[in-house]
Amino acid sequence: MSIKLENVSYQYKDSKRRPALNHVSLEIGKEEFIGIAGHTGSGKSTLIQHFNGLIKPTEGNVLFDGRDIHEPGYSLKELRGKVGLSFQYPEHQLFEVTVFDDVCFGPKNLDLPEDEIQTRAKEALELVGMDEKYHEKSPFELSGGQKRRVAIAGIIAMKPEYLILDEPTAGLDPLGRDKILNLLKKLHEEEGITIILVTHSMEEIADYVGRILVMDKGHLEFDGTPEEVFEHREELEKMGLTIPFYAAITDDLKKAGYFGENPEISAITLQEAKEAILTKWKRDHKSC
Amino acid sequence: MKMVHIKDLIYRYFTRDDDNNIVETIEAIAGVNMDVEQGQFIAILGHNGSGKSSLAKHINGLLQPAEGAVYVKGMNTADEDEIWQIRQTAGIVLQNPDNQIIGNIVEEDVAFGPENIGVPTEDIWRRVAQSLEAVGMEAFRLSSPGRLSGGQKQRVAIAGILAMEPECIILDEPTAMLDPKGREDVIRTIHQLNREKGITIILITHKMDEVVEADKLFVMDHGKVVMSGTPKEVFSDVEQIKKYRLEVPHATELAYELRKEGIPLPESIMTKEELVEALCRLN
Amino acid sequence: MLREITIGQYYRADSIIHKLDPRTKIMGTILFIISLFIGRSLAAYIAAVLLLGLVIKISTVPFSFMVRGLKAVFAILVFSVVINMFFIPGTVILDFGFADISREGLQTAVLMAVRLVFLILGSSLMTLTTTPNQLTDGMEKLLSPLKRIRVPVHEIAMMMSIALRFIPILTEELDKIMKAQMARGAEYDQGNLLNKMKSLVPILVPLFLSSVRRANDLAMAMESRCYRGGEGRTKMKPLVYEKRDYISYIVVYLYLALMIMIRFNM
Repeated sequence: MSIKLENVSYQYKDSKRRPALNHVSLEIGKEEFIGIAGHTGSGKSTLIQHFNGLIKPTEGNVLFDGRDIHEPGYSLKELRGKVGLSFQYPEHQLFEVTVFDDVCFGPKNLDLPEDEIQTRAKEALELVGMDEKYHEKSPFELSGGQKRRVAIAGIIAMKPEYLILDEPTAGLDPLGRDKILNLLKKLHEEEGITIILVTHSMEEIADYVGRILVMDKGHLEFDGTPEEVFEHREELEKMGLTIPFYAAITDDLKKAGYFGENPEISAITLQEAKEAILTKWKRDHKSC
Repeated sequence: MKMVHIKDLIYRYFTRDDDNNIVETIEAIAGVNMDVEQGQFIAILGHNGSGKSSLAKHINGLLQPAEGAVYVKGMNTADEDEIWQIRQTAGIVLQNPDNQIIGNIVEEDVAFGPENIGVPTEDIWRRVAQSLEAVGMEAFRLSSPGRLSGGQKQRVAIAGILAMEPECIILDEPTAMLDPKGREDVIRTIHQLNREKGITIILITHKMDEVVEADKLFVMDHGKVVMSGTPKEVFSDVEQIKKYRLEVPHATELAYELRKEGIPLPESIMTKEELVEALCRLN
Repeated sequence: MLREITIGQYYRADSIIHKLDPRTKIMGTILFIISLFIGRSLAAYIAAVLLLGLVIKISTVPFSFMVRGLKAVFAILVFSVVINMFFIPGTVILDFGFADISREGLQTAVLMAVRLVFLILGSSLMTLTTTPNQLTDGMEKLLSPLKRIRVPVHEIAMMMSIALRFIPILTEELDKIMKAQMARGAEYDQGNLLNKMKSLVPILVPLFLSSVRRANDLAMAMESRCYRGGEGRTKMKPLVYEKRDYISYIVVYLYLALMIMIRFNM
């Protein structure tokens, strides 16, 4: 069970520039929580549109559960039900008069029976924390964070196995951002949905993801756990990406000799950085 | 004379039902007093919906106060005879760069403001060249705005304001739609304008790492100014900041956590470099 | 599909034709089109070919570029030729039984085709050598006498120029919206006409709302940059006739006079 890209390249029509994707191979298994990082124009947006067949590769194959999604007779509509994709701006997809009707749009397209559509929409809205008092509201009256949650509900009402989100936190304030990220964590842990998050800030996702893919100039440059990827600090900075603050400061302290002759320290989160420094502090001050 | 003087400002908007009856009155700004001195770099912080954007739009008269008054260099924004002078003195850059670029070529867009205020042709050329140079976009003078990145577009928008030779620039979340590189370029540009040209900057944002170098911060919540002071003063109260749905810079937060555990770090830490230095000194 | 529609396609080059005042080019094109309807003889069309060929040569726009404009109207061209060929009565020269072609029909058809081709080549030469902005500027200035009868010439020109700026932005946005809805299982080419129309709602509503939002922002940005209509505005690039413009006018009027002379056998 997986989404698999085999040697995929994509060249935009009428573009004489380098391909948007250049021989990318990767596999995304079930129940993973993945971050895709890259600078603007790195190919990350093109990449995710291959996952649900919105873009057909100019070279190479995309396989879903072992089957080529572009072979004749394969239902892309069904695939898009299983591989949900939520774009950056919720304003691009919200169109119905009420929040509830808007969430029904996806399930309706899957030709489900009416009562099933209703149940799914209700469940999806509950999952994203938009309770019944919002159901009959216009989606356009909501705040930025709420709109985004309704947009996500519109995708999860299709009961996808995979959920891809393009910059889901852009423009949100810290509270709105944390709400979205915690929602995704919940969907991953409780509903077993594979989450694929696209971002240009590794800072935000480092606490959540188990694997990071780094795109640069159409190439897949790194693919590994956050710890593994953040070890390439200089290379990432050359690509215009910064490693999370707490990883950077731990690295800086290490380089400044703060931890002495103990190079085995690494941290990604506030908690980890704090503990590393505290352990060192307590060791030094035990004697006092 | 103060660059900006805001006195007891109240601004309300209404939501109406289908029959145009007022259903709800929302006080977006609920009694704000604020002074900005010439040449200062000011940041107004607040979560989405705190009233910070409405406040910004009052400063150059895009919104009019319900009560109280806003003065720009002594001119009242409610005075219709002064409004164009006010807008020349205090220009505003908005969030979405696409929606504020009017010209089809970069240089023609930058010329839009000077053309509107009747600057003679040769003078327009000089202003356009100087403004594009000040934001580091002179190489893109003849480009079409559509081909620029978000950060570049935003710098063109700043040049468009600069060409009116303002004394103050208000930026309403100018980096919200930009990637990290674009953000960095825009923030560096406005610091440069402040330092080298003495232009007063009023930056509206919720990103704390953009404001550590500001002269003064105002934190807004529910339409009121709830905290103000230098960055060091404001960030020293980590708990309070969090209550207003904001964050302190990461370095400040880590230092705060370590201080709670008994490590004697100073309260003024705001950057990674400061924290590394302080920790090493304790070693 | 939408990407292929290129309004006011511009070929960047540094020729004299490019440098001409847009008013000269607009007037020149109009006079050239008029001349096509004056001329009817072979001699007249040779004169037109010579002038057009000369101007294309000076403009340095590759001929392949010019032909591209023709492709778009190829169907209309064929249609009008066929209609003329078969439906104009006269001396029959070819009989298919169910229909016939007359000498007069053939003549008119060829004449129509030549006129149409010249008309398109002439006007695309204008758009290829003039930026959309210069075009709107030129029109604003040419039409400015209409201001006296309260035609809002400046406002119309400003609207055209803003439309040109936002067409690519909205095209891109349309593309994104379509993809966002496709990701929710929307299909655009299924079922009967009614279903097809219905399937447009999820695209048009977000596009419309986004346009309104952009218009709002734009109005605010223009206002804060002191825009208050055409009154008292100066120009970064004011239109001024140069020597080359006067020469061009003389050439075009001489050509027009020649066409009239040919037509009336003077």
